[in-house]
Amino acid sequence: MSMSTEQLLEAFRCMVKIREFEKRAHELFLQGELPGFLHLYLGEEAIAAGVMAALRPDDWVSSSHRGHGHVIAKGGDVRGMMAEIYGRSTGSCKGKGGSMHIADLDLGILGANGIVGGGIPIGTGAALACQYRGGDSVAVSFFGDAASNRGTFHEAVNLAAVWDLPIVFVCENNLYGVSTCQRDHMRITDVADRAASYGIPGMIADGNDVEAVYEAALEAVERARRGDGPTLLECKTWRHQGHFVGDPCAYRDPLEHEEWLAKDPILRGTRVLIERGLATEESIAELTAEIKAAIDEAAEFGRTSPWPEASELLTDVYSA
Amino acid sequence: MTTQATSMKTMTYGQAICDGLAVEMRRDPDIYVAGEDVGMFGGGLGVTLGLLDEFGPRRIRDTPLSETAIVGHAVGAAAAGLRPVAEIMFDDFLAIVLDELGNQAAKARYMFGGKVKIPMVLRASCGAGIRAAAQHSQSLEAWCAHVPGLKTVAPSTPADAKGLIIAAIRDDNPVVFLEHKILLGVTGEVPEGEYLVPLGTADIKREGGDVTLVTWSAMVQQSLRAAELLAEEGVSAEVVDLRTIVPLDTEAILGSVAKTHRLVIVHEAVRTSGFGAEIAAIVADEGFDLLDAPIKRVTAPDTPVPFSPMLEDAYLPSADTIKAAVLALM
Repeated sequence: MSMSTEQLLEAFRCMVKIREFEKRAHELFLQGELPGFLHLYLGEEAIAAGVMAALRPDDWVSSSHRGHGHVIAKGGDVRGMMAEIYGRSTGSCKGKGGSMHIADLDLGILGANGIVGGGIPIGTGAALACQYRGGDSVAVSFFGDAASNRGTFHEAVNLAAVWDLPIVFVCENNLYGVSTCQRDHMRITDVADRAASYGIPGMIADGNDVEAVYEAALEAVERARRGDGPTLLECKTWRHQGHFVGDPCAYRDPLEHEEWLAKDPILRGTRVLIERGLATEESIAELTAEIKAAIDEAAEFGRTSPWPEASELLTDVYSA
Repeated sequence: MTTQATSMKTMTYGQAICDGLAVEMRRDPDIYVAGEDVGMFGGGLGVTLGLLDEFGPRRIRDTPLSETAIVGHAVGAAAAGLRPVAEIMFDDFLAIVLDELGNQAAKARYMFGGKVKIPMVLRASCGAGIRAAAQHSQSLEAWCAHVPGLKTVAPSTPADAKGLIIAAIRDDNPVVFLEHKILLGVTGEVPEGEYLVPLGTADIKREGGDVTLVTWSAMVQQSLRAAELLAEEGVSAEVVDLRTIVPLDTEAILGSVAKTHRLVIVHEAVRTSGFGAEIAAIVADEGFDLLDAPIKRVTAPDTPVPFSPMLEDAYLPSADTIKAAVLALM
């Protein structure tokens, strides 16, 4: 089923929100404002926005180390997220997790993950909880092409298949694991082919087309809700930046990079909205300005929020 | 505080764990068991035998041979509100699941600012003595103790095993529950019904006045035998069974040393960076003035566990080696 106009407009807004958040985080990092390091979602926005449009609030999501987009798309508060990557006490994880562990359990977000492939079994467990409870909520686990080479992928997908768990495994294939090109880290072109070895459906979507992502995700999510088990959904995409901020990306062909930039999901979305008469250049500029203002406010909130008290060091290690 | 049950029943250590699981599963429908062969087969070492009949395949879940998925999915299920009891047959397989245990389960609560609980139990058999060689015989409690966020339990008697598995399941944190394979068939009196031994409480298994033996798991038996041998020599040994490694009952250790003024730590794990080193450091730090003699450790040597019965017997600390270590202190 294709997206309604309302859903498409909402998904576009979500993509712009992720884009502006990430651009701002990038700037702040280069200014030396943010500690640690950042893995930006720039260029992959259509996947989070498209998949999340097929989900309900009671569904679960496990994320990767490139997790900001997933959290925003699932409804994460950008103020809490900015404060988190600033390491401040008002952060969504009280400043204890940072960019790589950004999470919001209240929204069913089981966290970004510093271990590539680490979130795949965790999403699978959340799917078991959904099935065990007997409702029709589902889980989605996001990971990259390189993570599909890890044992966690194999073991979790196989377990989900054997148990018919309500989960969609979403592979965001941006063609590189850090600097290693997909052709050098696997002998197949489509990660979705791996589904066959688990006896589950494998699907491929254009990861830069939010409508295509939504349609594929909805089919997979509905299969999971019906009790028909997991799906492996591969979304082909491209990260605009390096693996992390500061990665000079010397391993990518500049021509290939240019080609992919022309397929940018927000450029595409803008074109589609205007062609269909759903927006104008002015209305999109207005929307972008409004979101930028909210991101500015969030960044300022992060920057001016208090550091955690030293006593926080010792809390939250164990549940009482 | 230990809950007093009304009647006792003789059962093995393995049966006591199974009984504890069943008691809890009847009480809380969110508890389930998952692992290789835990269903009809009854678990790698037979501990879960019979649970499938009572609770069915939804709650007693056979898994593929996938330790990573067994532990990793349990983390997600626990975060989403269930209370998984996952089984990996041997604690040696902790090496396979250290990411799921040490990076995911242990750290989730802290990383996410206290917004999540991971109430899961990871059961594994531990220890040498059945000629199972280097990869099925280790005692790896120190690995777990080195990761903040985990709790680690290592019972020595059937009653403690039951009381501690129930406490472990009720705990809202990831708990590693180490079942010594040499103890699985040992019988003892076990309270029927609901019976809890709180985590973090040591138990004095034998009182004495001349030397404190701090120990856990199968080495409790050896220490008790050593205490008998020492009594024949006129030395009165107190045996403190830690029961849980984390949280550690420091008070019980220091209390006993305050009485005896001598400390020998006995563990089956290898010596270097074994948990005995931590106990020695704590007592040196907090109980230095209590001591009349150096702290000694009786441990396995720094080698893999050998296969040959002759070598394995030489590897394991025994009542005789414990006795010799104590006498050298007196």
